[in-house]
Amino acid sequence: MLETLIGKLSNPHEVFPYLYEPISQQIIILSMAVFIIIGGIALLGGITYFKKWGYLWHEWIVTVDHKRIAAMYLIVAFIMLFRGFVDAAMMRTQQAMASGASEGYLIPQHFDQIFTAHGVIMIFFVAMPLMFALFNLAVPLQIGARDVAFPFMNSVSFWFFVAGVLLVNMSLLIGNFAEAGWLAYPPFSELQYSPTVGTDYYIWGLQISGIGSLLSGINFFVTIMKMRCPGMNLMKMPIFTWTVLCSSILIMVAFPVLTVNLALLGLDRYMDMHFFSTGFGGDQMMYVNLIWIWGHPEVYILVLPAFGIYSEIVATFSKKALFGYTTMVWATVAITILSFLVWLHHFFTMGAGADVNAFFGIMTMIISIPTGVKLFNWIFTMYRGRITFTSPMYWMMGFFLTFTIGGMTGVMLSVPGIDFQAHNSTFLIAHFHNVIIGGVVFGYFAGLTYWFPKMFGFRLNECLGKCAFWCWIVGFFVAFIPLYILGGMGMTRRLYHYDAATGFQPYLIVAAIGAAIIALGVAFQVLQIVVSIKNRNKEGYRDLTGDPWGGRTLEWATSSPPAFYNFAHDPVVTCKDAFWYDKEKGLDVDNKPIIRKEPYQDIHMPKDTAMGFVIGVFALIFGFAMVWHIWWLAIVGLVAAIASFIVRSFDYDIDYYVKASVIEAIETKHQQEAGVRR
Amino acid sequence: MNNATLASHEHAHHFDGSKYVFGFWLFIMTDCILFATLFAVYAVLHTHTYGGPHGNELFSLPFVLTETMILLTSSFTYGLAMLARTTGNKNIVIRWLWLTFILGLSFISMELYEFHNLYVEGHTWATSAFLSSFFTLVSTHGLHVSAGLVWILAMIHQLHKYGITPVSKTKLTSLGLFWHFLDIIWIFVFTIVYLMGAI
Repeated sequence: MLETLIGKLSNPHEVFPYLYEPISQQIIILSMAVFIIIGGIALLGGITYFKKWGYLWHEWIVTVDHKRIAAMYLIVAFIMLFRGFVDAAMMRTQQAMASGASEGYLIPQHFDQIFTAHGVIMIFFVAMPLMFALFNLAVPLQIGARDVAFPFMNSVSFWFFVAGVLLVNMSLLIGNFAEAGWLAYPPFSELQYSPTVGTDYYIWGLQISGIGSLLSGINFFVTIMKMRCPGMNLMKMPIFTWTVLCSSILIMVAFPVLTVNLALLGLDRYMDMHFFSTGFGGDQMMYVNLIWIWGHPEVYILVLPAFGIYSEIVATFSKKALFGYTTMVWATVAITILSFLVWLHHFFTMGAGADVNAFFGIMTMIISIPTGVKLFNWIFTMYRGRITFTSPMYWMMGFFLTFTIGGMTGVMLSVPGIDFQAHNSTFLIAHFHNVIIGGVVFGYFAGLTYWFPKMFGFRLNECLGKCAFWCWIVGFFVAFIPLYILGGMGMTRRLYHYDAATGFQPYLIVAAIGAAIIALGVAFQVLQIVVSIKNRNKEGYRDLTGDPWGGRTLEWATSSPPAFYNFAHDPVVTCKDAFWYDKEKGLDVDNKPIIRKEPYQDIHMPKDTAMGFVIGVFALIFGFAMVWHIWWLAIVGLVAAIASFIVRSFDYDIDYYVKASVIEAIETKHQQEAGVRR
Repeated sequence: MNNATLASHEHAHHFDGSKYVFGFWLFIMTDCILFATLFAVYAVLHTHTYGGPHGNELFSLPFVLTETMILLTSSFTYGLAMLARTTGNKNIVIRWLWLTFILGLSFISMELYEFHNLYVEGHTWATSAFLSSFFTLVSTHGLHVSAGLVWILAMIHQLHKYGITPVSKTKLTSLGLFWHFLDIIWIFVFTIVYLMGAI
């Protein structure tokens, strides 16, 4: 009876597994619980004390404004970055300790959950939302649009993502998390070997947020294809927008495969089906194939926008047009296509045969060619430029170094013969952190520093930003070069404990020190944000012009932060880097002389709606109920989510006009502020 | 601002239907990849019967052909609804939509009947990897058709409420794309699962 009502929640072993663990583990869980509860009370109490609930609801939760959604993605991503980083630090500490007689301070189940959570969180709940934050912030502004194509769907995407985040983090205190690694390979992830709710949290957290990502992919593709301002044909688009376009294509093609694969794993676990089980004709390698058919493009989904960011930054801070715009576009397109032809290099050891392995090895090597083209384009852009060495440029030059090393170890691994040796070793771990931290993370940090003033109206502290950079890059090499060496020594990944005679320990201690140096970098970043917020109205921080860096693309033509309608007049573009040339010629953003003032017109805008949030809440209820086998609640959640969607579809009154007089007031104020500075 | 622009603003309300249809078309393409993945899984697993029955022991072609014909006819009636849309008479559109709904519902009922028969004969999704992938592929299509049925009901209700407007026209176009798309998917299901399975 109780089980029908509350499903697996009726079993204390499932809900509170840590109550039955050694006291050392309970202390860890307890300190985490205290941290979460105090943090939660402080946050909710603070909102209540400062009477901000109304503000939060009206200005943020119901918003469909792409700039606000960007800010929300950013905040959640940074909270998750903190959690993912703590996971990393715990792993490094465990491995530095667990040599010979010492078992370290974690039990194996916890260690397994931590490395699983680290991978899942860093990719799905840090990198993806940071990427969507940058998409949302920059793309509509760069193409001269007022919002994305489907603002309501954008809000739904965000709240689906939050539902996924909450599901994965609930597993900290209610039940446990998956232990099967970040891609949950069967048969280990099957019910037979992972009977707890951990894998179910994984499945539903990823499934719900993955659907949000898919919707965002469609949204940005349509935005870019349909909403560019007059005159901006495809080959006049900023490169960042180009990379978002290609990334959106990859999302649309790859994410349905993830949806299917997770659904099939779920059917195995929930319905006793046999897609990937060990008996009844199931095939585990099919899961591995499918997950990497999504997984390899996913890497490029993340890194292409980072390449776009570097392209914007290098042109802006070298005061030169990007070298080889056309080759940059075609290199991006080439990577987009090639990224679907390399998935098998993740499991050469499957035994597909020499011919198949050779094909995928060669395709993998070929993909480094367009990437190399990009690198040379950036270097040639800097050549004879008037370079200002701001912190985004630091991140970029750090990227040159780390990404090149990571790329070369990648080419090494693409040789099947070498891969048979290095497969599943820490050499591989070092390789992909090399490209993901050096490529994606540095890129997003550079992009955030670059667009931060556009987003919030003030610049970040440069000095602290550079300190953070130095800690990150030094810490990165200290942490990961030992892993290359350890891989060569034969250390496998996800190793809980090792024999002292292996000689791993000194290297692992160095790696742990590296993680500590990165932690210092994160501390500098937090300090940077705090100091910058504190000084936001001071000279050197406040950006009144809207163009703090001497930008080249349309987003810098608006005020910082832009008015909610982005552009008072529709911009008109005649060439690449339109804003730059308009500035040189003394033209306004709509390509008319600045002095000739056109009358403002009413602007058509979408209305805010709570429906995105409501649907997200029901999706969360559905996910939670599925994890805990509370079937009635799952049905309620699903039906309510669908019903909300239908109710929304009956609302034909979803937009309104902003009066020209309102626009005039906002624009005049901005011009006065900017004029004071000029 | 002159009066002409003001007036045109109020009338057209800046509704850009092509954006929605394009977006929905892309969604259908992602759905197509979803089905492609399921077909690939079926292609791999259809021989993995693990001692259980093969397709040729389970499928009744005349029954499935009837199902197919009903679904194809529903696409035709939807096409007639789209033709009626241009006349601007919402009642005729609604009549054709009801007919489409009834045909779709018959299709789903027949599919459930087939599943039920297999189940009571002991051929469930837990029997073998082949049957897991069979039930998953076919019922994913069935779930899509069911979603389409709910959508048709909502569409009928919206037509009653708002009549034929630029917005409801766009929704009819999107629903039509979806409905015809499911027909195309079914042609593949019929060919690959049933016809090739019955050999």
